[in-house]
Amino acid sequence: MAVEKFPVEASHILMFARSVGDYNEIYADEEYAQTTEPGSIIAPPTFVQASAQFDPDYFLRPKPGTPWFGSGKEPTSIKKEGSGGGGGGGGGLHAEQHYVYHRHPKPGDVLTATVKPGKKWEKQGKRSGKLLFSETVTEYRDQTGELVVTARSVGVQTERPVDQ
Amino acid sequence: MALSASTLKVGDTYEEQVVEDLKRTQLVQYAGASGDYNPVHTDEVFVTKVAGYPTVFAHGMLSMGMTGKMLTNYVGDGRLTQYGVRFTRQVWPGDSLTAKATVKAIRQEEGGHIVDLDVSTVNQDGVEVVSGYASARVDP
Repeated sequence: MAVEKFPVEASHILMFARSVGDYNEIYADEEYAQTTEPGSIIAPPTFVQASAQFDPDYFLRPKPGTPWFGSGKEPTSIKKEGSGGGGGGGGGLHAEQHYVYHRHPKPGDVLTATVKPGKKWEKQGKRSGKLLFSETVTEYRDQTGELVVTARSVGVQTERPVDQ
Repeated sequence: MALSASTLKVGDTYEEQVVEDLKRTQLVQYAGASGDYNPVHTDEVFVTKVAGYPTVFAHGMLSMGMTGKMLTNYVGDGRLTQYGVRFTRQVWPGDSLTAKATVKAIRQEEGGHIVDLDVSTVNQDGVEVVSGYASARVDP
């Protein structure tokens, strides 16, 4: 996801760490964090995914004036396109995620994310029909232009919901 | 506590249970914190009637995040240099996950010491849900 300004904030790190069940104090307490090797609160390893919050066009967040595919009065407010199983509903499923850490983000950083499309490929799946894979590479840079995290994501659109 | 290259051995393992009886509320927490509000993770009506799944399921990135907790507890804060996974099975409410790191190599790079790890997270039935790798800086 392309993001012009992703301000890294301590309260966001706290919420994110709680949501993955990580109660390490380095994500919550600046005084404690100063006693650790990094010397400050840092972001947990998958935190940059939360840059979605700062992507104005992120399609997995309801937006005013735009139909949302989740349930309200009806199970969905969007008519289904075609007859495919859809897999994940709106955006397919996440198949792979890779991070390279040049350093770990910390509160006060203002990151930008630039996205480059990567490879696309197809595979026949045993449990979900034809699979369409596509890759994106996202570079997170800080306010000085230094590379902080490189992320590579692989998404997959399935022909039908995955058999359980 | 940082790991030390001099005491690590190929084949060493570290594991942790990273969630017991995963709650739907945690999926809501993760949606709110990450910004991924895909209703397949939190909206029972949508996911059963429209998407065609038996119930809501965890964000892949939640499984990766929980597995990451095991990694940072093992290698220490701020030590990871890379971390990547494939999501091999969906994770469901009620699942209990155990994440494990296995030392694959200990090497030197640009004058520092690095440990390479295989990463695997399994559910209560022993089925792998996350398969991946990580590397971290270690002390000499």
